[in-house]
Amino acid sequence: MAEIVTLADAIAATVHDGDTVAMEGFTHLIPHAAGHEVIRQRRRDLTLVRMTPDIIYDQLIGAGCARKLVFGWAGNPGVGSLHRFRDAVENAWPKALELEEHSHAGMANRFVAGASGLPFAVMRGYRGTSLPAWTTGVAEITCPFTGETLTAVSALRPDVAVIHAQRADRHGNVQYWGISGVQKEAVLASARSVVTVEEVVDVLPPRPGAVVLPSWTVGYVAAVPGGAHPSYALGYTERDNDFYKAWDEISRDRDRFGAWLDEHVYGAPADPAPWTGAAC
Amino acid sequence: MLTYTPDEMMTITAARSMRNGMTCFVGIGLPSEAANLARRTHAPQLVLIYESGTIGAKPDHVPLSIGDGVLAETADAVVSVPEIFNYWLQPGRIDVGFLGAAQLDRYGNINTTMIGSSYDRPAVRLPGAGGAPEIAAACKEVVVVLRQSRRTFAERLDFVTTAGFGAGPASRHELGLSGGGPRLVITDLGLLRPDPVSCELVLAAIYPGVSVEQVRSSTGWDLAVSPDLSELAAPSAADLTALRQLLAGEPAPATAPSAGGSTT
Repeated sequence: MAEIVTLADAIAATVHDGDTVAMEGFTHLIPHAAGHEVIRQRRRDLTLVRMTPDIIYDQLIGAGCARKLVFGWAGNPGVGSLHRFRDAVENAWPKALELEEHSHAGMANRFVAGASGLPFAVMRGYRGTSLPAWTTGVAEITCPFTGETLTAVSALRPDVAVIHAQRADRHGNVQYWGISGVQKEAVLASARSVVTVEEVVDVLPPRPGAVVLPSWTVGYVAAVPGGAHPSYALGYTERDNDFYKAWDEISRDRDRFGAWLDEHVYGAPADPAPWTGAAC
Repeated sequence: MLTYTPDEMMTITAARSMRNGMTCFVGIGLPSEAANLARRTHAPQLVLIYESGTIGAKPDHVPLSIGDGVLAETADAVVSVPEIFNYWLQPGRIDVGFLGAAQLDRYGNINTTMIGSSYDRPAVRLPGAGGAPEIAAACKEVVVVLRQSRRTFAERLDFVTTAGFGAGPASRHELGLSGGGPRLVITDLGLLRPDPVSCELVLAAIYPGVSVEQVRSSTGWDLAVSPDLSELAAPSAADLTALRQLLAGEPAPATAPSAGGSTT
């Protein structure tokens, strides 16, 4: 059964130095507040796993939390580069960052394999690209039925999955809807999990088609209204596209990034009030 | 006489390449602008599919990301990311993959990973693969849109992120890439198509006011020119107005074709 706790307690109980952590959410429902809490608790040497390490991982990498990144696409969607990620890869600042690089389809299938209790997933992909030469977890495999050459990708089994959802009930059953990414697979593939939610309600209103992670599949639930910002929770908040654009400038410069981190992460309370729209 | 920019001509040409009723797997950036312009102009039934799992999205503005709320709210169906790749893209159900690129070579292979001689310490680190390798592998055809220069049209790629025609005509079959590969490359100077025999990209059309020499000197390899080279017409006033309204975030005017999908 999931425990309903504060965000600070949930992160302290699950994310340890050296862990492999998957914070998922595909553009929608990105657990930004939980990422900030990991930074505040000054976790180090994390292997960060995520299909799309956008701003949330730019912040964790820039803050020095990461040793390695397992990913598919590292950019600021529709805006440009992730400058903290680039500074780590190009200049080893604040420290070197090891890469394990895949395609999105490969990452999605690796989570599926992990959730399925299989050592690998089979797909058509990667062939004709430079990716297999530079990354681990990709191999050619022969179909035992047709003889066709296919691609195997190794399962992802993170220590911890962290996601954001619209709501949970008091028992810790979790419901979310809209763009659902790979969050269910990430939680089921991981040994531990944290779900931040917009609200905890007495009873989850039935919503056909909405994903429910039953309480017994989830470790910790924390109510963090606005906890996806600048990402969003459909029906609760809107994507703050202005922040994504502003991040390009904030993150370009090490000192400016550091000042932003001091003010908005280290200087912010562990369980913040709902986002009020003050950008940066 | 109408004035317009090379980027406007590129986006309008890219939009024109989308046929009404196609299913289109849309990349972010220039492809998304062009696909949304096509829906507002000649192709109101173009089915936009984003890798966020939104199928048949009908946004009234260009989304900043591939996962903006408007995509989910207007889609015919919303599916998970494993599902969009495994059930929808991989079997070859989707007509056209519409991609951007940082670098491209003569066989339409794409680099969006890194520039430099060392993968571990690149001169420029780019975002990486995203959905592109599988989109380019499985869609029935691929359209690429990018600005043309000696830097972007490279003799040799530092990293092949996404396969076009690989090393030549036999590669896609040998690699088991089920889709047809690049059909068209649209730039801010003109339009390239693969030669049907060699699969090498050939300059097929130029824009008004652009010379062949200008295109060749903006290409990092010895670019072949089609014997049937044409000059494309300048954009119409209606196309330019539609594009500028789209990029300004204005809704489509009521006189334009209705923003219909398959839901009505």
